[in-house]
Amino acid sequence: MSATGLLSQLLQLAIALALAPLLVGWVNQCRAWLQNKSAPSLLLPYRTIRKLFLKDAVVASNASPLFRLMPYIVFGAMCCAAAIVPSLATDLPFAYAADAIALVGLFALARVFIALAAMDIGTSFGTMGARREMFVGFLAEPALLMVFFTASLISGSTSLPTIVDTLAHRELAIYPSLALAGVAFTMVSLAENARIPVDNPATHLELTMIHEAMVLEYSARHLALIEWASALKLFNYSCIGVALFVPFGIVVEGADWLAMLGAAPALIAKLVVGGFALALIETLSAKMRIFRAPEFLGTAFLLAVLAMLVTQLLGG
Amino acid sequence: MTTTLPLFAQLINLFAAILLLLSFAMLAQRRVLSLIDLFAAQGLALATSTVIVAYATKQPHLYFSAALTLILKVILLPWILHRLIRKLDVKWDVEQLINIPTTMLVGIVLVVFAFNLASPISQLASTVTRATLGIAMACVMLSFLMMITRRKAIPQVIGFLSMENGLFFAATSATYGMPMVVELGIALDVLVGMLILGVFFFQIREQFDSLDLQHLEKLKESE
Repeated sequence: MSATGLLSQLLQLAIALALAPLLVGWVNQCRAWLQNKSAPSLLLPYRTIRKLFLKDAVVASNASPLFRLMPYIVFGAMCCAAAIVPSLATDLPFAYAADAIALVGLFALARVFIALAAMDIGTSFGTMGARREMFVGFLAEPALLMVFFTASLISGSTSLPTIVDTLAHRELAIYPSLALAGVAFTMVSLAENARIPVDNPATHLELTMIHEAMVLEYSARHLALIEWASALKLFNYSCIGVALFVPFGIVVEGADWLAMLGAAPALIAKLVVGGFALALIETLSAKMRIFRAPEFLGTAFLLAVLAMLVTQLLGG
Repeated sequence: MTTTLPLFAQLINLFAAILLLLSFAMLAQRRVLSLIDLFAAQGLALATSTVIVAYATKQPHLYFSAALTLILKVILLPWILHRLIRKLDVKWDVEQLINIPTTMLVGIVLVVFAFNLASPISQLASTVTRATLGIAMACVMLSFLMMITRRKAIPQVIGFLSMENGLFFAATSATYGMPMVVELGIALDVLVGMLILGVFFFQIREQFDSLDLQHLEKLKESE
């Protein structure tokens, strides 16, 4: 473990924690612009989190300790993920603790705890949301794993830093398999982050909500942590997408720490573009019925498997 | 993976992947009109990849094949199909015998099968297009699957036409195209076949008041 590694690890975690709400704010702002609405402030997510932290928490009388514990577990899992995903540099001491498969497991852990906590109170909305979340999750996870397997096949390792190192070092060429995997990954990210074709992050309409239905019972600091965690989740997924499909500008192993100064603006620029693209997708598409979700995620799975097969056949 | 393919091979691979993707899109498509558009797009991808192969291997006769594909499969056949649909007034959603996710999974199995089948042949070949043979065979099989899973006449015919696309691509990737005479013959066959099938559609509809081919499975008048 080198001092540079430790530094980049800490810096990356700090950037993830600090910038995640900003990314959510940026997406919301873009979406408002695209829909001809007056945009909320870029800093609104920060203010929401601050406001929630200052309030007193109310917990249902029949809540078990699991209900109180869940926000911390989810937030912790997302912080772990933020430390594993190479967004700024690939020389991360912590990243070797878990590979791509464990990363998917980490997301699954958070999902399971959210679903359990939603069912803990026993309201019908919570239970319904939890069921839907697990339904979407079990369809999205195989597709996400297949995307990672495609990248692993190309680089010969499931460790994320190695994958990103390999991808960043390749010559500029057309890789059909990565294009397919990229589309599949976008579709999975939309589903996993409760975005529009599958879920609507801005609605509290009982029939359509998934993620919001599960966290209806939370208030104050618990809710703040959950909001922050879901912002971190979006940030993590964006960073995975950036690292796998446009890894240019990332600090690779062996570079000096000054390179970090160039990597951070590159990451932010890519996230700005990615956030705008997300807002564009959300504006252009309509939310689909929940029973169409298998088709949507089935297509994502199909694309990811095709990417893997094409990697085998065409060699990248 | 340190060896990079030459640019032409990369482009050919890219268009092969697009062809495969379009085959799957056709398999999953519910609407007839979009199905025709996808078929035209497939023809366009095929023509473009043929032009690239022609340029990369300096085979002038492939330019003619590409032009033929462009005229026949991107312009003429979609136009005939659109006209047929307007005349028959059938803009229904396509009915499938098995649901779409299952069809897709069967499709993946077929692709794995085709890739395995093609890999020994590809290893022996030395053409710039050798890697795409598996994709061409997969396209043929997916079109087969589409003909099997669709119930109505028009999607089945589109499946048949897209199978011809796959075969054409297979010929291009395995041997840099068929002789000109054969190609012209096939093109004419497809065109005439399309015209005859167009007449058939009207006959089928007159007999059964629908284009559902399951009616043709009964051999007796009344049961």
